Amino acid sequence: MVLFGLFIIVPMIAAVVLSFVRWNGLGAPHWAGGSNWAEFFRDPVARTSVVVTAKVVVLSYVVQTPISLALGLFTAGRQRYRSVYATIYVLPLLLSTAGIALMWESMLDPSFGALTALARSWHLGFLQQNWLGSPNLTLYVVVAIISWQFIPFHTLLYAVGRRQIPAVLYEAATLDGASPLRTFWRITLPQLRYTIVTSGILMIVGSLTYFDIIYIMTDGGPGYTTRVLSLDMYNVAFLQDQYGYASVLAVILGVVGIAVAVGLVRFTGFATMASQQEGAA
Amino acid sequence: MRLRPGRVIAVGLATVWLVIVIAPLYYMILASFRTQGTYLTANPWVPSGGLSVGSYSTVFHAGLGRYLLNSVLLTAACILLTVTLSLAAAFRIVRRTSRAVGAAFVIMLFGLAIPVQAIIVPIYVLIYKMHLYDTLFALILTLSAAAIPVSVLIMVSFVRDIPREMIGAMLVDGGSEWTVFRRLVWPLSRPVLATLAIYNGLNVWNNFLLPLVLTQSSGVAVLPLGLTKLEGLYSINVPAVMAGVLLSVLPLLVLFVLMRRQVMNSLGGLVAR
Repeated sequence: MVLFGLFIIVPMIAAVVLSFVRWNGLGAPHWAGGSNWAEFFRDPVARTSVVVTAKVVVLSYVVQTPISLALGLFTAGRQRYRSVYATIYVLPLLLSTAGIALMWESMLDPSFGALTALARSWHLGFLQQNWLGSPNLTLYVVVAIISWQFIPFHTLLYAVGRRQIPAVLYEAATLDGASPLRTFWRITLPQLRYTIVTSGILMIVGSLTYFDIIYIMTDGGPGYTTRVLSLDMYNVAFLQDQYGYASVLAVILGVVGIAVAVGLVRFTGFATMASQQEGAA
Repeated sequence: MRLRPGRVIAVGLATVWLVIVIAPLYYMILASFRTQGTYLTANPWVPSGGLSVGSYSTVFHAGLGRYLLNSVLLTAACILLTVTLSLAAAFRIVRRTSRAVGAAFVIMLFGLAIPVQAIIVPIYVLIYKMHLYDTLFALILTLSAAAIPVSVLIMVSFVRDIPREMIGAMLVDGGSEWTVFRRLVWPLSRPVLATLAIYNGLNVWNNFLLPLVLTQSSGVAVLPLGLTKLEGLYSINVPAVMAGVLLSVLPLLVLFVLMRRQVMNSLGGLVAR
């Protein structure tokens, strides 16, 4: 309790306070009023970061959800070979983010990377790209790698969710002559609401604060095209030593994160759903 | 098994994803067995043209053993700390004795929604003022604190499901709260604690941001950070970096092979609970 209070609650309050001071980390902090906050609205880099972050959040949600859902339903099957598939799907979860970033960085190397080699031997010219150095492309590459890393986890969630749906529902549907597609829309999806919300919250809050891969692979570049808010905050705080202004960015991150989570819970009626689940079980 | 077209397509797509998962891993394994020279000349997808284990000894000379040891120490300490603390906290919260305990729980739930990124600056200042900067101890404290909200939440929902009659019966028979904890709650919750240990252990092992901000010297670097240090040292020696990444997953891979079912159920069941 003390540990938690000291390292989570105190910093939380401190972050809000710091956002109103000017401090370089060495001397005494000066009260700065709202000037840090005003700075945020003037700072073009911060504005870019907000846009980039929003793109990362939306794209990674849109990419990850259908793939995870499909793979989750697939691996929920009882067949032996499917559990082999499921085991292999989990492997990326074991790699550290740093490891994943380094691995992809070398694969995507434009002169010696694995994709370039494929492009040469199979004459697939489009694989020969400056994946991490092109302003139009790099953001999508980053999202793809984030998806590679996290789809396994959400696949697991969906697989567990699917296994919890009572088999009776499907038997009844088959007796009534429902097509597989109809069964999917009328039984599988509604029954998975709980999983969809949980996985959605984790995806959105997770990608909102995404840092590691971008820091290692692109450091926000080329230019500012992949500079997400958390990276911007890191740079402002630890490279430019502007702790006050960095705290503004931190508070924004925290507030948006909480707002999204609470908003999703409210909007989807998570609380009532939970009790329905209990009733069903 | 009947061969319906829908099923064929499903298996086909699932296999495509299988390739997407395996191909980078295969590439990395192969690259780690190259020398610097053959890495540049050989086809990265074909295991021919001279393989060697040289990169593995290179990374050990570069201090990977030290990073490995640090990671093991850090992860073990964090698991121990979070598991004991969250079990004890959950027990107190469920057997609520005062208002303060209830209030503490609500505050703790609030902590669930706070991303570490949002409070990293004050954490840094705090650790610095406590003269813990650049120590493993700083990482143990902060990473455990970060893992506590989820752990407590899960433990509370579990301890709450222990039948009240069982606890009542023990108390009637003259047992103290401590007996209830030791004889009933602790043995019953061991499977959940294993789940927590796996989940938190994985998170701590792979955490990058806190070590990046709170440590700087190689002596206390943990694996994820150490790997980027390796990359700094050997930016042109890709095989060495790949060997480092592979060695850093090896312990997890061994554990995963040994306890595959437990790990998969833990990760999936944690949130679905």
